Order: sequence, then C-alpha cells, then structure tokens
Amino acid sequence: MNILKVLRDKPWVHSTASATLEQYSGPDPVAASQVMLRFVLAIVSVLFFLFIITFLSRSQYPDFEALAGSPWQPFTDSSRLWFNTALLACASLAIQWGLGGSRSGKLNITVAGISAAVFFTLLFLVAQFDLWLRLQSMGFYLSGNPANSYFYLLTAVHGLHLIGGLVVLTNVVFRVWYNHNIDSLKAPLQLCTTYWHFLLGVWLVLFALLTSRPETINALAAMCGF
Amino acid sequence: MQNVAIADQPDELHDPQTFITKYVYSQDHKVIAIQYGITAIFVGLVALALSALMRLQLGFPDAFDFIDPSSYLQFVTMHGMIMVIYLLTALLLGGFGNYLIPLMVGARDMVFPFMNMLSFWFYLLSVIVLLASFFVPGGPTGAGWTLYPPQAILPGTPGYDWGIILMLVSLVIFIIAFTMGGLNYVTTVLQARTHGMTLMRMPLTVWGIFTATVLGLLAFPALLVSAIMMMLDKTLGTSFFMPALVSLGESLDYSGGSPVLFQHLFWFFGHPEVYIVALPAFGMVSDVLATHARKNIFGYRMMVWAIVAIGGLSFVVWAHHMYVSGMLPAFGFFFATTTLIIAVPTAIKVYNWVLTLYRGNIHLTVPMLFSIGFIFTFTHGGLTGLFLGNVVIDLPLSDTYFVVAHFHMVMGVSPIMVLFAAIYHWYPLITGKMFDEKLGKIHFWFTFLGTYAIYLPMHYLGFLGVPRRYFAMGSTDFIPESAQSLNASITVSALIVGLSQLIFIYNVFWSLRAGKPAGHNPWEATSLEWQTPDVPPHHGNWGPQLPTVYRWAYDYGVPGAEKDFIPQNHPVTESEQTAGEPEGR
Repeated sequence: MNILKVLRDKPWVHSTASATLEQYSGPDPVAASQVMLRFVLAIVSVLFFLFIITFLSRSQYPDFEALAGSPWQPFTDSSRLWFNTALLACASLAIQWGLGGSRSGKLNITVAGISAAVFFTLLFLVAQFDLWLRLQSMGFYLSGNPANSYFYLLTAVHGLHLIGGLVVLTNVVFRVWYNHNIDSLKAPLQLCTTYWHFLLGVWLVLFALLTSRPETINALAAMCGF
Repeated sequence: MQNVAIADQPDELHDPQTFITKYVYSQDHKVIAIQYGITAIFVGLVALALSALMRLQLGFPDAFDFIDPSSYLQFVTMHGMIMVIYLLTALLLGGFGNYLIPLMVGARDMVFPFMNMLSFWFYLLSVIVLLASFFVPGGPTGAGWTLYPPQAILPGTPGYDWGIILMLVSLVIFIIAFTMGGLNYVTTVLQARTHGMTLMRMPLTVWGIFTATVLGLLAFPALLVSAIMMMLDKTLGTSFFMPALVSLGESLDYSGGSPVLFQHLFWFFGHPEVYIVALPAFGMVSDVLATHARKNIFGYRMMVWAIVAIGGLSFVVWAHHMYVSGMLPAFGFFFATTTLIIAVPTAIKVYNWVLTLYRGNIHLTVPMLFSIGFIFTFTHGGLTGLFLGNVVIDLPLSDTYFVVAHFHMVMGVSPIMVLFAAIYHWYPLITGKMFDEKLGKIHFWFTFLGTYAIYLPMHYLGFLGVPRRYFAMGSTDFIPESAQSLNASITVSALIVGLSQLIFIYNVFWSLRAGKPAGHNPWEATSLEWQTPDVPPHHGNWGPQLPTVYRWAYDYGVPGAEKDFIPQNHPVTESEQTAGEPEGR
C-alpha cells in the first residue's frame, strides 16, 4: 500500500466501480495477525530504544562504570554471555526448523522444532538467571552502579518478552497436541518464528551494548549528542 | 492469534447467551465500549470532586479543616492523572474507539475480541489499584501528575511510600491495557474495513482515533520505561533518576542519577499524550459539525493530512514543557520552532471547521452547541499555547496559573466539550432513545459559560504571577488582594459547573428510561454506524451481510439528490457521476 497515493485519493469523486465487485466476506485473520505482529515489534523496538537511549545518557555521568574494559570487570571476558547467546540462537534455529516442518506438512519435525525452541529458550533464561547470581557473588549488585542496574534491568525486560513469547508458543504446542492439523499452525508459527528472531536480534544489540568498553559507550553517547 | 473471530458468518460469532457473557464477560466491542465509558466517567467524577476540594481551599483558604497542604497536593496529583489518563484517554479511545471503529468501518467486531475484553479488565484493574492508593498509609502520591523525581519518592512529599508505588503500578497496568486495546484498533482499521471502505472514505472520527492510537502505542513505552526505572529507584535503591542528596539531614544512598532524564522520558510520552486526547476529539467534532450543519466537511483531504502531520510533529515538541529545566539555547530554539510549526496543521483544522459551518444549514442541536463551544475553547487554548511555546514568554509564565488556564482550555475543557457533543450525538445509537433536548441545552450553557468564568480570570491570575500548586499564597507582596476575590469567584463558578454536570447524569439516566425512541438514524447522518439494521446495533452489527460502501461519509446537500444526505452504503447513480463537485472539497 502506497500511503502517499492513498492520501492523494479524492473520495468525493464518485465512481460506480465498487458496485460491480463481489460481496465482501470479512477480513483475513492471518493478514490481521501479521499486521498486529508488526505493531508489536514496533512497540517493543521503541521500548528497548528508549532504554538504550537512557543508558547512553546515564553513562555520561561520572559514577558510571562500564562492565567491560578493565580486568576486574565481569564482562571483559564475556564467554559466559557468548554461551547464553548460543542458546538463544539455537532456540531461533529450532523454531525455524519447526516452521519448515509445518510448511512441508511434517508433524514430527514441527513438534521437535517447537519443543527444542522451548527447551533452548528456557535454558537461556536459566543461564541468564545464573549469570545474575554469579554477578551478585562477585559483588556487582543491582544498585551498586548504574551499569549494573542497566544490566539487570535490560536482561530482565528481554527475559520477560521471551516469557511472553513462550506463553504464545506453548499455546501453539497444545494446538499441535490436540488438533494434529498442521495447516492451521503455519500462520501462528510463522509469527512466533519472526518474534523469536526479533528477540535474538534485540539480545545481540543488548549484548554488544552491555559488554562495550567505556570508549565505545562514550563514542555512542557522543553520536547521540550526550 | 486464535482469537481472531471476525468471519462473516453469524453462526461463527461469539454470540453471548447469558447475562454474564452478555454484559460482564463480553467480547462485543459495544459492551466493552460501554464498560470503558462507565468506568471512565465514574473515575472522572472522582477527579471532578477532587478539583472541587482544591477550589474550595483556593477560594476560601483555611475555611476547611480537612484540607491540609498534603491532602491538597494529593488532590492536585490525582485530579490531573485521572483526568488525563484514566478519563480522557480511556473514554476517547477505549470508549468511543471501541464503539465506533467497527461500526464506522463496517466490521462485525474488533479483530481480536478476546484481547479487547482483556484490555478492559486490565484498565479496570489499573483504576482499582489507583483508587486503592487513597486507602494505604500516607495516602495517594502528591508529587504532581508529572511525578518528577527526586521529590516524588522522597520523604516530605505526600504518599512518597505506598502512594507513588501504587501510582506507578497502576500506570504500568494501564499501559498494558492500552496496548492490547490499541493493537485491536489499528489492526481493525487496517484489516477489517468492509468492501468499498477505502482509507480515504473513512469518517474523520476513525482517522483521529487511528492516528491517536498509533501515537499512543509508540509514546506509552516512554512512560512505561520511566515508571519501571522510577519504581526500581524507589524500591531497590538504583540511581537511574536519583542524584546524590541529603534528605531530612540524612545522606541517602543514591548517587549520580539524572532527574532531567526522567523529564525527557515523561514528556516524550506527555506531549504526544496531548494529541492522543486531541486527535480523536478533532475527528469526532468534524463528524458532528458536518452532520448538524448538513454540509460536507470542508477540506476533507486537508483534514486527514493535518491529523497525520500533527501526529508526526507531536513527537518532536516535547521539550517545550522543560524550558525552565534548562537546555542548550539551540534546543530551545528548535523546540519553539517545532511548536510553532505544529500550530499550522492545527489552525488549518480550525479554519476548516469554521468553513464547514459557513453557509451550512446549521441545526443548533445539543451536539452542535457543544461542537461550536469546542471551537471557541480550543481556539483560546491554542492561542495561549503559542505564547507558552516561546522560550522567552514561557520562562516568566511557567508555574503560574496562566499555564493551568492554558492546558485546561486546550486539553481539558476542549476534549470534554467534544466528549459531551459525542455522547449526545451517539446516545440515540447506543441506547435507542433520544435524550431530553432542553436539559441538554441547559447543561451546555452552564458548562460553556461556566468554563469561561473559571478559566478567563485564571489567565489574569497567571499574568499577576500567582504560582500554581501552592496550597496558600501566604504573604506574597506582588500579588494584590483582589487576586483572592478572583480566586473566590473562580471557585464559585467551578462549583456551579461541577454541580451542573448532575443535569447531564440525570439526563442520561432519565432518557434511558423515559426518552423518546430514537428510531433509525435520527440525525439523518451518512456514516455507516447509523445504517445498521437495528438500533441499537445487535451483536455482529450488520445482520447476515456486511455492508458495501460506495461513497465517502460526507454526502450532505448533494445537488439533485432526493434527500439532503446520502448514506455511505447507497450506490452511486449515473447522474451523480456527471454532477459537479460541491464547494469546499
């Protein structure tokens, strides 16, 4: 839809063309769900964008100590976060695999793909929680420093979005279980897959930001005018 | 996604059978709209009562023992937040958005009815949590509706403990509710329009609600972010917004946070919020004016463009609320310029409303009276906005009653005038009964004249430098004695206006019981919501077949037509195609 063309339309000019068309039979549920997902992704993007902007702004105050860059900072060696990232990437690949199965009508592959996606996502969440505990044991508490606060906050908000996705995906799993109708699954599974890939993308951005050295953060903040 | 219940087959619809499913646990957009409406009006009356208490203190200081400085600030805060978020946003989008979108675009219901129902229940929960703060130790927050840190969460501010927490929780729940509802509104507009209902054939009401919803979906995350971060500052001791400070002689654990960061986030939401309220009102008043002036809306395309332009520009003006917080002069110049630019599409709308009335067949019905009243109040509020949008004028006027008068005229009274116009206009469709015209007119004149009796003098108080938010003026030399008499007069006017709303409440209930049957399309309107087979519309809205749309929503006074209006679902005749274009299109 070309919005500029739409906005140039002259509705007061009458045409009899529409009278000759067939009777309308209601909207397409799949298309409606896709539109809704686009809005959801836009809203979630705005949410994380705003968090990131506040992070960059707050990083320019003297008490901010980035979590990487010096030997005593926890993410100077970010291998644990790479491991967690791999888990989420596996979840993303698995759901894509399940989607492929549903497209080719293979129920077993669909179930296996979705189950693996749920499994890896749960594992990612547990691994993130374990990382929190580890940070705490190292003395990096939530209120100790704004960089710590942002780490806990952003990973929590990201995790909550994954949990929301899991609720929907669980619903899809139950529908596989009860319906055995693979055709009805394609559309919702496609939406879930898009959402999973999107959250992987968000995580990669957060990962890069939260493990950045002070110089990188300062450069980003300067680019934003802070 | 499984909640999509929008098929055209009536037997596939979620037709409610019992009282509970029909009126309580209902997925029908009309019932949800009425639930939103009743809840919003109820909580709005609470806010109205709070404003009466504030006015009593200001008009007659120290005459009422039960109003102390703390409770005064709590009344101010709760009044502001309730009116802006829980009344105006909820009633305009949750109420009228829900009722009108599916009917105006020719759909059977919202696209995701279950989510729509959840939206209302989350909204109700947010209202309950908010009102619960009246009953917790310390009472509701008295931080002002902007909830600025650090004072919002520190001792010395009323409700700094439980009150602010409940306020933030309530806002988070409200945002979730709004998002669920908003996703429905935009998806329904984009995907569930009936055959022939192109975007540019939609009534301006739908354009206004649609654009406002997009604004809300993109702006409310800023409030969510600030609410979450302030909650963490309050409960877990983080320092996102809290600087190092000493409170009551004690050094606190906070360090280095930025209160101005909160202000940026808040107003990045707060200014679009003005248009989240205004745009639906712009749309609805356009339709009411066209219908009751029996004339097509002047400059339909320009009206749509103006709505879209205002929506876009509303995201780049937020810092004009923060001139006194301090900013680079270049930023002040930028935000003053964008503020003046946004006045251009807004002014176009005002001109077009006036030109719609010009040489129209004006019927001075109650909805029309309120709509004309809106043009007055909005123009006045808008003009004072031009004053305040400029840095050099804003600085001395900031935090005076001039600002209070401005924003009440532009986004308090004006949307409420439209809300009354809309309620009176669509009451026959919603209830199937006509309201009492005489009572409606009495209600209008009390409200309209009373509004001016309240807010015109308030501008003058602002020019005198009378500060806002003060419980009492104390011994301030620069404020003359006469300001107090003005304050007393404003209070008397406010009480009269407040009490006159009882006429409206009485009219609504009396007419519901004893009003004349409205019949089909009593205003002889063209838009689709009036063309349903039943009045009020039954579940599914359209009977066995969805309507087909052949024309825009403003075919009033078409030359050569049998009547002075042609509904959108009437086919176009050959003679119409060859007829010339009416003026003002």
